[in-house]
Amino acid sequence: MNLELRKIEIKDVVFGEETGLKEGVLTVCKQDIIDELMEDVNVKSIKVDIAKPGEKTRIIPVKDVIQPRIKVEGKGNGFPGVTSEMVQLGSGKVNVLDGVAVVTIGDIVGFQEGVIDMWGEGAKWTPFSKTLNIVVDIEPVDGLDPHTHEATVRVAGLKAAELIGKAGKEAEASIVDKYEMDDIFTETGKYPDLPKVAYVEMLISQGLLHDGYIYGVNSQKILPTLIHPNEELDGAVISGNCVAACDKITTYQHQNNSAILDLYKRHGKDINFVGVILTPELTTLEGKFRTCDYTAKLCRTLGVDGVVVSEEGYGNPDSDLLMICKRLEDSGIKTVLITDECSGWDGMSQPLADTTPEAVAVVSTGNVSHVVELEPADKVIGSAEAIATLAGGWEGCLQEDGSMVCELNAVIGATSEIGYHNLTVELY
Amino acid sequence: MSYKVLYYVNQFFGQVGGEDKAGMAPVMKDEKVGPALGFDQLMGEEAEVVGTIICGDNYFNENNEEAVKFIIDAVSEKNPDLVVAGPAFNAGRYGMACAGVAKVVADELNIPVITGMYGENPGLEIARTKSLVVETNDSAAGMKDALAKMADLAKKMLKGEKLGYPEDEGYFAQGKRLTVFSDKRGSERAVEMLLARFKGEEFKSELPMPVFDRVAPAAAIKDLSKAKIALVTTGGIVPNGNPDRIQSASAQKWGKYNIAGKDSLEGEFYTIHGGYDPVYANELPDRVAPLDMLRKFQKEGLIGEVYEYFYTTTGTGTSVGNAITFGKEIGKELKEAGVDAAILTST
Repeated sequence: MNLELRKIEIKDVVFGEETGLKEGVLTVCKQDIIDELMEDVNVKSIKVDIAKPGEKTRIIPVKDVIQPRIKVEGKGNGFPGVTSEMVQLGSGKVNVLDGVAVVTIGDIVGFQEGVIDMWGEGAKWTPFSKTLNIVVDIEPVDGLDPHTHEATVRVAGLKAAELIGKAGKEAEASIVDKYEMDDIFTETGKYPDLPKVAYVEMLISQGLLHDGYIYGVNSQKILPTLIHPNEELDGAVISGNCVAACDKITTYQHQNNSAILDLYKRHGKDINFVGVILTPELTTLEGKFRTCDYTAKLCRTLGVDGVVVSEEGYGNPDSDLLMICKRLEDSGIKTVLITDECSGWDGMSQPLADTTPEAVAVVSTGNVSHVVELEPADKVIGSAEAIATLAGGWEGCLQEDGSMVCELNAVIGATSEIGYHNLTVELY
Repeated sequence: MSYKVLYYVNQFFGQVGGEDKAGMAPVMKDEKVGPALGFDQLMGEEAEVVGTIICGDNYFNENNEEAVKFIIDAVSEKNPDLVVAGPAFNAGRYGMACAGVAKVVADELNIPVITGMYGENPGLEIARTKSLVVETNDSAAGMKDALAKMADLAKKMLKGEKLGYPEDEGYFAQGKRLTVFSDKRGSERAVEMLLARFKGEEFKSELPMPVFDRVAPAAAIKDLSKAKIALVTTGGIVPNGNPDRIQSASAQKWGKYNIAGKDSLEGEFYTIHGGYDPVYANELPDRVAPLDMLRKFQKEGLIGEVYEYFYTTTGTGTSVGNAITFGKEIGKELKEAGVDAAILTST
């Protein structure tokens, strides 16, 4: 497959009469977005706002983050299987509005949505304080059942990103990243002496607000599956979940999966990157045995020498992570795990819910219960009070002056287990 | 400004006597005795040892309550900025006493403590979580070196400076896992770690695997038909409105609610748990905390009775430290209420 991600540097985002792009400034027509999203009978109202890096703005409760793009050569605009017709992804040329993100907010469906601070202390903890955020506030019609509510806001966010992405159609890219990888046999012929490496990306698959989707298929319904890295970079995998905000993989992070990108950088130089295995995290013991055995089997079938495994969420999926690790190491496959940890407010508790001696190489992306203090914002997009009910917040954690104390749990992308952010844990 | 330091030693280093004096009750000396003198000199202008507590090792371990009371009173009176105990090297009873001092001073008085021990000292396990424990030689021959390291760290602690890594500074890790920023993102570190493994180079896992404790199951109940059964859940089932504001993740508390006379939790309870699909639990909370089934068994005579309170918290993201505390508190209540067994449901 041959994919070009053509990055168009966006310097600023403004509202205007017509959505378009000129000299690095993206103009967004609010009404266009409202009209498009109001076509869904389940949407009652839409509000659109902008939050820029450095502004004293807080966005809460955040559901998903999506990168606006448009495919300018080849098939597969939008998100095939979800918002557009099914096509094979992974090839072609894509114009990316680099530096812009669509951020969806709205009524809380569950407890797992999060916060983005665009400035100060809070900005350090989330990767999405550095993007120009177009915030879409989605209010559903009254009486919608929770499952439909979740699907409505999920799809609305994707559609908004698709619409905004169209502004980049004619634009010139400042950076063109090329991702080229042939079938495994050809690549191995080219690099016979390099160690073969697969990436296992675990996806939370547990029900409402806890599912990933692959070409629109709920990951709950699949056996672990092999996918070309280009397919994920091209939008085949989206987030349908709000696991604790700190370690959910947002759609933006699937589109720019850091583990895939960092493995790609070494492909043909230090390693032979053979592919991505998407593995559902199921809740039943039988399901865990099936998916972990199957994942290890796929890795053995590919004949890999090493694997990077990333988790999504924490708690019972810790078992899946370590079961996969044990099976791989027992097969002689060198394995590196990426996970976050639940060490408590004081950092003194054991970090994982399970343990195995085979897990000798683990990257920690932070303690989800690490407590941070966030200053009062000049402007809150959404509802500041939502923090009291979110995972990572509690009743009374929002102070009268608008400052708040919360766990990293509530901060979008803080402890990203695909290693998208730069936190780690040190033992003292 | 000069900081105040209070020193703790045993009968031997307090120059009272050897094993024959190990039963001596604690005394407070206003001067610097034994290692306190050397430590004071090393601290120079920055701090002064304002007193030395001397206590027999046997006394501390055998009359713990009295010894602890003495320590609390003496430390409160002197109100030091830092308490130094030992170093105890590989002396077991002395090490346990230093650990005891560290525990009470840190927990009750919230004053920092430094001590020193050999890696096999039995006092280390407790001491390292309550104080900064400098790694020492196994005998008093290492006194000079131990005091120098303790004084260096004491200066940093008193001035509120960030300590370096345990292995660089020569103290035992306290087990505190601190979240910090790295100069590389996680995925890059993962790929580099894998490459190091391929090349057979050294690498450092960022998360050493935890060691779990094991709980032995209680003896089986002989006659269930007479047993009092309690219902306990980590599934976040609470009365509608969540009156006690239990967190949806990373719980800091638990709740108990009266269920006497109720056949089911339906309608009055719901879940605030942030880790699973709440739709089905909200339809019928008994799916998570099965009061309905317990009542059925009670009516059939399979079990004797259902305890009138049910206990609940949120399991997702809750630290093991908190879970241990909750478990002990809830267990104590159940024990006192004469409960024979508990059904503990997770999600």
